[in-house]
Amino acid sequence: MASEPYLYSAPALILIVTVMLVPLVIGISYAFRDMTLLDPFSGGFIGLDHFRAIAKDKTFWLALKNTVYWTGYSVALQFLFGLILALLLDKPFYGRGLAQALCFLPWAVPSFLSGLNWAMLFNPVVGPIPHWLYGLGLMSAPDNLLSSPTHAMWGPIIANVWWGIPFFAITLLAALQSIPRDLYEAAAIDGATPFQRFRSITLPFLAPTIAITVMLRTVWIANFADLIVVMTNGGPADRTQIVASYIFTQAFRRLDFGYASAIAMVLLALLLVYSMLIVLLRQTLLRER
Amino acid sequence: MASIDITDVRKAYGAVKILHGVDLTIQDGEFVVLVGPSGCGKSTLLRMIAGLEDISAGEIKIGGKRVNELDPKDRDIAMVFQSYALYPHMTVAGNMSYSLRLRKTAKEKIAKAISGAAEKLSLTPLMERRPKALSGGQRQRVAMGRAIVRKPKAFLFDEPLSNLDARLREHMRGEIKKLHQDLGATSIYVTHDQIEAMTLADRIVAMNAGIVQQVGSPLDLYDRPANLFVAGFMGSPAMNMFEGVYRVANGGSVELAQGIVVPLAGPASTADGTKVTLGIRPEHVVVGKDLAGGLAAEIDLVEPTGFGTILHSRAFGRDVKAFSLERGLAERGDTVSVSFPVERIHLFDTASGSRIG
Amino acid sequence: MTRPKRLVATVAHRAAILCYVVFALFPLFWLLKVSVTPNDLLYSEGVRLWPSRTVFDHFDFVLRHSDFPLFFRNSMIVSLSTAFIVTILASLGGYAMSRFTFRGKFWIVGLMLLTQMFPLVMLIAPIFKILSPLGLTNSLSGLILVYVAFNVPFATFLMQSFFDGIPKDLEEAAMIDGATRFMAFRQIILPLTLPGMAATLGFVFTAAWSELLFALMLISGVDASTFPVGLLSFVSKFSVDFGQMMAAGVLALIPACLFFFFIQRYLVQGLTAGAVKG
Ligand SMILES: Nc1ncnc2c1ncn2[C@@H]1O[C@H](COP(=O)(O)OP(=O)(O)O)[C@@H](O)[C@H]1O
Ligand SMILES: [Mg+2]
Repeated sequence: MASEPYLYSAPALILIVTVMLVPLVIGISYAFRDMTLLDPFSGGFIGLDHFRAIAKDKTFWLALKNTVYWTGYSVALQFLFGLILALLLDKPFYGRGLAQALCFLPWAVPSFLSGLNWAMLFNPVVGPIPHWLYGLGLMSAPDNLLSSPTHAMWGPIIANVWWGIPFFAITLLAALQSIPRDLYEAAAIDGATPFQRFRSITLPFLAPTIAITVMLRTVWIANFADLIVVMTNGGPADRTQIVASYIFTQAFRRLDFGYASAIAMVLLALLLVYSMLIVLLRQTLLRER
Repeated sequence: MASIDITDVRKAYGAVKILHGVDLTIQDGEFVVLVGPSGCGKSTLLRMIAGLEDISAGEIKIGGKRVNELDPKDRDIAMVFQSYALYPHMTVAGNMSYSLRLRKTAKEKIAKAISGAAEKLSLTPLMERRPKALSGGQRQRVAMGRAIVRKPKAFLFDEPLSNLDARLREHMRGEIKKLHQDLGATSIYVTHDQIEAMTLADRIVAMNAGIVQQVGSPLDLYDRPANLFVAGFMGSPAMNMFEGVYRVANGGSVELAQGIVVPLAGPASTADGTKVTLGIRPEHVVVGKDLAGGLAAEIDLVEPTGFGTILHSRAFGRDVKAFSLERGLAERGDTVSVSFPVERIHLFDTASGSRIG
Repeated sequence: MTRPKRLVATVAHRAAILCYVVFALFPLFWLLKVSVTPNDLLYSEGVRLWPSRTVFDHFDFVLRHSDFPLFFRNSMIVSLSTAFIVTILASLGGYAMSRFTFRGKFWIVGLMLLTQMFPLVMLIAPIFKILSPLGLTNSLSGLILVYVAFNVPFATFLMQSFFDGIPKDLEEAAMIDGATRFMAFRQIILPLTLPGMAATLGFVFTAAWSELLFALMLISGVDASTFPVGLLSFVSKFSVDFGQMMAAGVLALIPACLFFFFIQRYLVQGLTAGAVKG
């Protein structure tokens, strides 16, 4: 029966369309309207006013800069430590199952809880980190990193790295384990050193996984506001505000849905451009090879 | 039991045509084997009979009733898959009784049916096992058992023995044949193995590239292949084929390479000068020491099979294979004579591939 | 490699693993530590690894004198309902994706991928606007509806990968044995995908259990607050009671960890199926 597959997928589809696609379209329309929740007279069409406002919005530009900073460092560190962990876990050893479960455990911790957890660790009253940093001479006094006007962003980044390493490790471990073992054996018989084996077998095999995971993860982290909302709420003085958390603040605290949607559209456009650039870059690189 | 009528059945996946109009009538109780190389469309045809694939055009009747629009469950056929497709979460008994349970057959009847089938297939001690705990041969038998408990209108087999080792395959081949003789059920059996086809079939349907090449009894196909494809496909070692030109002179003969002329039993129905292919089975090639009797050939490979010997030789610039039950007929490097008895020669039109004599 | 060199390599490998384990567990250890530290020692023994005296006062307070049991219950209702509904819908959808080739498939996959790509924060305002007149804000059903929709695409891909691992022959055999396709799906395929469904259930539960932003936006009353919302209201209170907050945190961690150990084996498959998901 030709309609059968549609019957099976209909419930899921209907939900996706009504709860995600329709709001998406409506959300886009908000960007061009004056929409404030508590103002009964709002709702009128105002053209590109929001976008003009965004162009002049210092906080937005700061948030954009912060987004790049936050995303760049988070992804780079998660990837680096995730790769190392995957390589470490790829070797069989006694107790690997347990070690793997424990190393991956942060993935299961709800994001809001990891935010609270790390906020506490950075808190000089109950947390050890400021005292350690002070002891190491990295801080002049055991202060809260999260209220530092210059380094506050590192708080959420560290929490994010802690929370996100398992994701990369799991993905890369899966890719590592799909590399045929006899390739390594053949290379070893041919006299390749472990490092040469890593470079000539492991890396080329991992490259596609790395490319796709890093790209998707970048987009995901750029949108990931939970940790920041929980840990700093964008403060101090918007130093840790990223675009996604700024959207949330506009919608949730200021109830300015129109402006929030306009910023969201800008973010979406930027992410699309980013994805397109990556795809183009990949294609040119592939063609040159 | 029922007959199966297939009329001009076609199958296409989008623009790709897989079957180009198959016509076939299978008598009630007949064992028909579909044979052909991998990818020629045998499984597709079988699955269309089963109702697992849509029929792009044409008509299939089971027991005189059109089934094109029927779901597999309403066609009352049983099928044995190459992978056996046993339900991993059910015991052997559960696997065998599933179809009867679906039909809400009474408990006692089910018990009787599966114990009968289990006995036939010597599965009785395995009834409570899961498929995982069975050997390949045992799984195969369970798959057979699942098919026979139902007493369906017809049995379909899709390469049921392909996953078994050679010995077991031979054994099961015998079992299947016995089973068919017992039950007398209409059966369609798909295989790419011509030995299976020859040994099992009442009638063989040879297929290639989605077209039926020849339908007939096994010996028919072996002795009078209708075209080059069937000639080459049936028989192992494969038939020798030599291209040449037909000559009307001397009551019909073929001129092969290097001016060698081979006489035929009689004139063929084609014009002088037509490009033809002469075929002769290795076991019909006569090998002798007396060079006067035939064509000089130099042996370049001797393959003893135990049962007989395959001699590969080179004559008139062509490879000639001969099979003989005799041992020690020749050594590598020997020069022997080979000859092609006229009554054993098959003649085909090279361009069309059809048999012409 | 020579023997001593190999020994050094092994020791370095184990040491590195140990570092990772310590790094992964330390924050959770601290969470636990603060939750059992009596208030009077919290500040004086702030950096000690383990307090000189442990108490369960915070747990006692959280369980008996706060709204957390209510939040916990709400979160359980929301997460379990979401997980069950999503698993059912995703099983159906994933089955269609795995077993049929049909014209709309390309578009459906495209749509599902799209939902994984755009920032969900974009939807906060419109969803609030849509749900509010329907009476679905400040209600657990509204939250469940939203979470189900958000998790269905990923879960469908995940279920599809599980179905792909089950040979098609099995349901064909069942259909020849006399089953309709739906019966074959229910009696043959589903029992074989139970582990996969359990994994999907676990993934979705974890995701719903952790969701914060939409819960914050859609829920304002205490009655319908989920755990994250409740916990966060702790932070915004004038003075934070760390002990109580962390005791609540430990409670929030328990179901997540249970599900984690339950789905651990499937993590690799799950994250590859929906490489986008956190
Ligand atoms: N779903 C499909 N879509 C497109 N082509 C198919 C499909 N299934 C089978 N084919 C093609 O049909 C041809 C015949 O397949 P099949 O009947 O399985 O061959 P066989 O004779 O080996 O059993 C093959 O070339 C195969 O590639
Ligand atoms: Mg086949």
